[in-house]
Amino acid sequence: MSSSHESHEAGGHDGGEHGHGLGAYFAVFGALLVGTWLTVWIAEKDLGAWNTPVALGIACTKATLVVLYFMHVRASSKVVWLAAAIGFVFLVILLGFTISDYATREWLEIYSDPLLSR
Amino acid sequence: MNATPNAASLRAPRDNYITTDYSWRSWLLTVDHKRIGILYLLSVTGFFFLGGLFAVLLRLELATPQGDLVQAETYNKLFTMHGLVMIFFFLVPSIPGVLGNFFVPIMIGAKDMAFPRLNLLSWYVYMIGGAVSFLAIVMGGVDTGWTFYAPYSSTYSNSNVAVTAVGVFITGFSSILTGLNILVTVHKMRAPGMTWFRMPLFVWAHYATSLIMVLGTPVLAITILLLALERLFHIGIFDPKLGGDPVLFQHLFWFYSHPAVYIMILPAMGVISELVAAFSRKRIFGYSFVAFSSLAIAVLGFLVWGHHMFLSGQSVYAGVVFSVLSFLVAIPSAVKVFNWAATLYKGSVQLSTPMMYVLGFLGLFTIGGLTGLFLACLGLDVHVHDTYFVVAHFHYIMVGGAVMAFLGGLHYWWPKMFGKMYPEALGKFSAVVVFIGFNLTFFPQFLLGYLGMPRRYHAYPDEFAVLNVLSSAGASILGIGYLLPMVYLIWSLRYGKDAVQNPWGAKGLEWEKAPTPPPTFNFESTPVVTQEAYAYADDLPADERAEVRYV
Amino acid sequence: MSDSHGGAHVANLAHHFEDLEQQREAHTLGMWAFLITEILFFGGLFAAYVVYRTAYPEAFANASNQLDARLGGINTAVLIGSSFTMVLAVHAAERRRKRAIFGWLWATVVLGAVFLGVKYVEYSHKWEHHLIPGPNFLFEGAPGGSEQLFFALYFAMTGLHAFHMVIGAGVLIWLSVLALKGRFDLPGRNAVEMAGLYWHFVDLVWIFLFPLLYLLGRHA
Repeated sequence: MSSSHESHEAGGHDGGEHGHGLGAYFAVFGALLVGTWLTVWIAEKDLGAWNTPVALGIACTKATLVVLYFMHVRASSKVVWLAAAIGFVFLVILLGFTISDYATREWLEIYSDPLLSR
Repeated sequence: MNATPNAASLRAPRDNYITTDYSWRSWLLTVDHKRIGILYLLSVTGFFFLGGLFAVLLRLELATPQGDLVQAETYNKLFTMHGLVMIFFFLVPSIPGVLGNFFVPIMIGAKDMAFPRLNLLSWYVYMIGGAVSFLAIVMGGVDTGWTFYAPYSSTYSNSNVAVTAVGVFITGFSSILTGLNILVTVHKMRAPGMTWFRMPLFVWAHYATSLIMVLGTPVLAITILLLALERLFHIGIFDPKLGGDPVLFQHLFWFYSHPAVYIMILPAMGVISELVAAFSRKRIFGYSFVAFSSLAIAVLGFLVWGHHMFLSGQSVYAGVVFSVLSFLVAIPSAVKVFNWAATLYKGSVQLSTPMMYVLGFLGLFTIGGLTGLFLACLGLDVHVHDTYFVVAHFHYIMVGGAVMAFLGGLHYWWPKMFGKMYPEALGKFSAVVVFIGFNLTFFPQFLLGYLGMPRRYHAYPDEFAVLNVLSSAGASILGIGYLLPMVYLIWSLRYGKDAVQNPWGAKGLEWEKAPTPPPTFNFESTPVVTQEAYAYADDLPADERAEVRYV
Repeated sequence: MSDSHGGAHVANLAHHFEDLEQQREAHTLGMWAFLITEILFFGGLFAAYVVYRTAYPEAFANASNQLDARLGGINTAVLIGSSFTMVLAVHAAERRRKRAIFGWLWATVVLGAVFLGVKYVEYSHKWEHHLIPGPNFLFEGAPGGSEQLFFALYFAMTGLHAFHMVIGAGVLIWLSVLALKGRFDLPGRNAVEMAGLYWHFVDLVWIFLFPLLYLLGRHA
């Protein structure tokens, strides 16, 4: 699908151009639209506690597709992989430790927490 | 590579990064990392003395138990602005902005930072942030404490919170840009042969610092933005009346601000590594341990922020986890201190001015670090929380550590930066003055805090008077210790002896390969690195090596 | 910046780089480092969201049902479409086809404008229904409790996101002009690719914002 002429210039990153073929872009575009539809469709169903995890799972899948293909990380050097990962790792640290406080405040009964006792 | 018509003239002593162009324009629009370093040097020095002025007023007020010099409201503003100026406008940009900017590219054999224009932009952003914060000071100041704790800052304070917050917000982006630039520079700009494990530890320390700047500072930015929204529109994010939680502000704030402590101390540690090796004439002991301990401190620094919140209503269970993780930070810190001490062992130690600052740093940082362990103890922290014990602890790290290292590094690299030697005897004298003044100022504060004197009050009971007088007296000595270097360093620019390329006989590309002062592109040709950092004594004949050791 | 140092340099190679490859990698890494800061910038808002949603699940679900999921869904598709046209612009830039670059950049800008237009419609609905946090906030006729927190976060998150889109659209327009001027005719200019990374990141944020803000209470 990708046009093969005119490639392999500019120093030849990773032995060629850094993008993916047009076919991959179309496929990812389609998958993202399907993912969006799926998110809306499944949000109407009552999955109990699972609605949010499923929604986030779909969102993460879509995000991964964008990062790997649209943002070319799949064809990039290791340090770009690292850079792409490290932001999310520290985001998890920020969220995780903050939640760890709120999730455990009620464990101690003498604690009357105005935020959680409502 | 550099076979240009200019190459010959670069070699002439006159043509260096300073003499290449004297116009204002050439300084204000420069993209040369060295000139930007000098711009930072001028501005952080200005802010240091502004912050110092606030400190003088604080110590004057505290010289007597009564609130006689200033009222409580004024005092609140003074300590707030002292903290703000010193942290955001001096400590955070000082070593990375000045020494890091100047020497990271040279140390790895690059012609410049990866993004020279971003580098200049970071200085302008810093200056704009500084100007806005200065405006807030002129408008009457701010009294929330440098931490901007909600709901005081969001709802109740009548001072210029919004303007100050905007200033800090803007300055944060300068920090982000510096960090981003150093990260990419270290990754992508190293000279041939400059492998990761041949890099000077100063560079490793700056790499770790930059990681924190890039990962932490944006959270400060969004926190300040939320604070501004809360203050201006009262949206309830931090307001318990509307269901919000002020403690969330503290979570977000300390997610940046605890790692920010390591933004301030890690570059200082990098300076110390260079100085210890250079003035012990020895390879640094345990190179890779020191290098990785910087990264370990950077990462662990993000996992401990809750230790600022043991008494803020945070869950006790989260407190336990944060306490344990805080203790872990002691490990990489101790690795560094022990390795520096081991480097000194049997080295041919030369007590020049920078080395005096190093020895000061080692002692003071150790005291500051160990008292940090007291504070990380859930139980003990109840006793000393928000007392002068905390004040003394972080001043031992920030002033006894970071400022000492900044001064030591400034003396060490001064000949390279300006081509002039500073007066050595005066240098040693003022290093001693700083050390004595520092300890006299801050050691009594440990005692005061342990006895129960709370921080952030303008008056205190009579029984605290003696220790406070000692502290204020020490502060005046410390002030002289800081003024002296400023005077003689400026004096040396005109009257100092000319410096040779490598006055210390030190290792490193900046001494061995770059002329003094360096030309605009740092080297006459791209250096090729063939040995590791700190290869002291390797190239000396055996008999000379022996002499070096036993002098 | 003065690029005059050294005579035998390649066009588009800044003086302090050795070759175009080094320059390209430095730009890419720098852009990613910037995107890391963006992740954590939004991260603070996500932290607030998680805390308050966990604390007030019902209020958040009720408040979320006030949003128009249909418009949100359409906007999601529009934004994904703009990401697709953006990637085609990058694809064209790699082949240095200036007209294609111009066209796809403008397609992206137009889709971005559609997104912002829909956003404007949504915001004005909220304005009419007193759903703007602050002293005048009303939720179903009563001064809202924690529903207000949802709307505070909704406006903070989508507003910041929209702000990023405005900046991005400005950059894309500027690049489209540069493309017509022939600035991307020689190898070594990867500004379109860098702008693409930014635009995709903005898309990425929305991919999370959409289910977290619009679809909370749909199943109840």
